[in-house]
Amino acid sequence: MAINRAFLGRAYPAPEPYEVTRGKIREFAEAVGDANPLYSDPATARDEGHPDVVAPPTFPIVLGMAGAGRAITDPELGLDFSMVVHGEQRFRYSRPVRAGDLLDAVTRITDIRSVAGNELVTLESEITDPDGAHVVTAVNMLVVRGAAEGGSGSGDAAKEGAA
Amino acid sequence: MTAAIRYDEVETGTEIGERTFPVRRVDLVRYAGASGDFNPIHWNDRTAKAVGLPGVIAHGMFTMAEAARLVTDWVGDPGAIVEYGTRFSAPVVVPDDDEGAEITVSGTVKEKRDDNQVVVALTVRSGGTRVLTRPTVVVRLA
Repeated sequence: MAINRAFLGRAYPAPEPYEVTRGKIREFAEAVGDANPLYSDPATARDEGHPDVVAPPTFPIVLGMAGAGRAITDPELGLDFSMVVHGEQRFRYSRPVRAGDLLDAVTRITDIRSVAGNELVTLESEITDPDGAHVVTAVNMLVVRGAAEGGSGSGDAAKEGAA
Repeated sequence: MTAAIRYDEVETGTEIGERTFPVRRVDLVRYAGASGDFNPIHWNDRTAKAVGLPGVIAHGMFTMAEAARLVTDWVGDPGAIVEYGTRFSAPVVVPDDDEGAEITVSGTVKEKRDDNQVVVALTVRSGGTRVLTRPTVVVRLA
């Protein structure tokens, strides 16, 4: 099923700010096997000039998922989650996410297009602090395999995304 | 926020080493929980094969997280990272055994920019295949 182009440009503000806790950062760092003390020890983080422990660089995907989840689960969008692989991911940081942050996120559908029988959907999440200052932007391109009109539906994910 | 590496110490072409990270099924289950990405292609062989994949594959974001460690361990402070991006070009297939798969990461300084920033080009392989396309980290050095 093709992705509904009417969704291009739609914005999905997170329903409430995301509260970043030491426990969540520690859980995420442990899940990726990273023992960097800046993720777990507030004293070490302060010695490095951070107000509290910081999060690993890919942690903002957690906030992006929260926002993108509302976008991509809308049945009108026509996105079959079981056929999704991750095509591309980019982060631009103004500063690291850290414990104690209360972060707003707005996720926009910035691109929908067909390539080689797959549908490519790009989601851009802008993450800001309570004063509106930019913290990080996460750009996430999803590949819906075989979803384009006339798409082959083949399992060849390697061309456009594979994770 | 201070990187342990000085801008003046690196040149275009400076290599920042190579690391290998294991990835087993249990790591994917744990990552699913921590990240909130419960797509069953990352933990259920039945689903993965039904959608045409060779088997359960790692979350791209797991691979991306491991690749970042080469740079964050090099500079010391993860807060020094300015940009990080990649395309995902091939899946990391994770067999259902005790060994799982391996992700091997190496990196080279590709460019020096103003404001003490350098561009690090990573190479990320699993089972001899490049699994990320042009993974790139921009980092601000001391």
